[in-house]
Amino acid sequence: MSAPLGDFPGGLKLPGHKKRSTQGPIRKTPISKQLVLPLQQHIGAAAGPIVEVGDKVLKGQRIARAEGHVSVCLHAPSSGVITAIGDHAIPHPSGLSAPCITIETDGEDRWIDRQQIKDFRQHSAHELRQIIRDAGIVGLGGAGFPSFIKLNPGVHHSVETLLINGAECEPYISCDDMLMRERADGILDGVEIMLFALRASRCILAIEDNKPEAIAAMRYALSSRSHLSQTEIVVVPTRYPTGGEKQLIQVVTKKQVPTNKLPIDIGIVCHNPGTAYAVGRAILHGEPLISRVVTVTGTDVTHAGNFETLFGTPIKDLLAFCETRRQPDEPFIQGGPMMGYSLAGDDLPITKTANCILVGVDDVAPPAQPLPCIRCGDCADVCPASLLPQQLYWYSRAKDFDQTRDYNLFDCIECGCCDYVCPSKIPLVSYFRFAKTEIMNQERERHKSDLARQRHESRLERLEREAQEKEERQRQRKAALAATKAAKAKEEDSINTAEAADSVTEEKA
Amino acid sequence: MLTAIIAITLLALTLGLVLGFASIRFKVQGDPIVDQIDKILPQTQCGQCSFAGCRPYAEAIAAGEVDINRCPPGGEATIQALADLLDVEPKPLDEECGVEKPKMLAVIDEARCIGCTLCIQACPVDAILGAAKHMHTVIANECTGCELCVEPCPVDCIDMVETQPNPHTWRWPDPSHVDLQRRTGS
Repeated sequence: MSAPLGDFPGGLKLPGHKKRSTQGPIRKTPISKQLVLPLQQHIGAAAGPIVEVGDKVLKGQRIARAEGHVSVCLHAPSSGVITAIGDHAIPHPSGLSAPCITIETDGEDRWIDRQQIKDFRQHSAHELRQIIRDAGIVGLGGAGFPSFIKLNPGVHHSVETLLINGAECEPYISCDDMLMRERADGILDGVEIMLFALRASRCILAIEDNKPEAIAAMRYALSSRSHLSQTEIVVVPTRYPTGGEKQLIQVVTKKQVPTNKLPIDIGIVCHNPGTAYAVGRAILHGEPLISRVVTVTGTDVTHAGNFETLFGTPIKDLLAFCETRRQPDEPFIQGGPMMGYSLAGDDLPITKTANCILVGVDDVAPPAQPLPCIRCGDCADVCPASLLPQQLYWYSRAKDFDQTRDYNLFDCIECGCCDYVCPSKIPLVSYFRFAKTEIMNQERERHKSDLARQRHESRLERLEREAQEKEERQRQRKAALAATKAAKAKEEDSINTAEAADSVTEEKA
Repeated sequence: MLTAIIAITLLALTLGLVLGFASIRFKVQGDPIVDQIDKILPQTQCGQCSFAGCRPYAEAIAAGEVDINRCPPGGEATIQALADLLDVEPKPLDEECGVEKPKMLAVIDEARCIGCTLCIQACPVDAILGAAKHMHTVIANECTGCELCVEPCPVDCIDMVETQPNPHTWRWPDPSHVDLQRRTGS
């Protein structure tokens, strides 16, 4: 290791519980009869369907295209027939439905023609990003941000470091660990492409020291690639939440990402190893993102492990494959025990952001009635973002959202450390999530009311203009009428005078 | 005596000039308090406050002619914000004006629409699209839910429906309410 490591404030040492799911290799989940693919599995605008009900599709065929800049395409994970395009329950904490494409698989799993690129250096970075976008690749760490955007340094930034985040700090989750153990070469393929697209000068692969097998596998794979001399593996101490993007950057580079800024502003871009692997598959093998490794674990799972699962696979099928003691419709957790959220309902599909399905957590305390805050300050001690959770709690509870903003609510990464240590068992993160969505809603409402005001004002303006124009027209008509009347009167007058003159001359005669 | 008079006169003149200059240089366009009140109002332009839109109501509040509790679409939150801004005591919503309802959206039953354009004329934010003897439709994103289009429709084909949250607009529930439910439930 070349440079000494940095540190971030707070954090916790948590029991890992990872062994349960790392005993066997990654297994393939059987293809389900029905695959349900939400059109939005990423941050940004939902993809727009380009197929119709009844269409036959092949594995890897594009079924929805990116709409707008921050969006990616969606592909059929297996061959079959489109049976429905419409609302379906999605794995979202709200339990709401969203537009989805449903495919009835035919079991043949027949691939579409794959465009493989042997030497990606023959292509421009722009072309590679386009392929990555068309392949539907998003950050597989959990947030699902379109990766092609994070592979574009843009004109205003230069990227010094590509950071591959293999920390995987949250208990129970082991999908990145297993991927690094088994597919280290594939990950490095992706890393090479990412380095090329970003024109980055070096790459750091950060792995927590509780994953010795993954570290060894990555080291071995790296040793056979002499041209990747600018890539190094950095072993970081196991502490939650080291895997948080900003926390890991602080540990590895000793730099802090400022509030409201992105890592790219300090010359760093962070990607997940799963994303790197997907980029390699997309460019070198022409395979779009249609599956991911999902950890299925927990006290109620008989055959816990990691499963390469097609997107759209019903979670109940995956759970049935691993055998669980879960009753139908019993809630389970998507994500880890700290940051994940509880889902209920049996009909939910696996999506691009589903890294872990957790059924049953060890030594969980029975839900207790929260007690009043005693201002012990433990939450502030463990906060990795140096916030004051107790203050944020008071203001969120009082719905004083301006104050929560002043206390940097939006720097909260919802890691759950404060919840974990709170002696009063106050669900602090729930309050912060509540306050965040309330603030975002207020902002949306304000934007909408600004728009309504504008429209109302322009309508009033238009009505006034129309009234004026009408008045003007009436005035003109009246003037024209008056003019013709006057002309007529004059004519009549002249006739009259002529007649009078005639009569006078007659009289004279 | 004379020096004193001259000195005071000169002083008065200079200060007058300064004030005159300042009043031109730092002139404030419009009435900022009206703008601030208008910003808080929800801009539904529904007229339930008995004024012809949000701005006239804002002007009346600024002039101290009416109470701040006459806006049903804004509800409690708007009253609270107005009370904070104007430094007065918040009051419960005036029931004469209406009751606070969830956000609504006008929907035209397009099969029954006869294309009379009456609703288009009634819509304060131009959110209805259509032409004479052609079917009309509501631009859902622009509709403020003011209900002004419902009354004029001769065939009664406009319904107000509650806007449904989608995963984008969904909000995490208030945990203190959840606590309360648990407490009252147990």
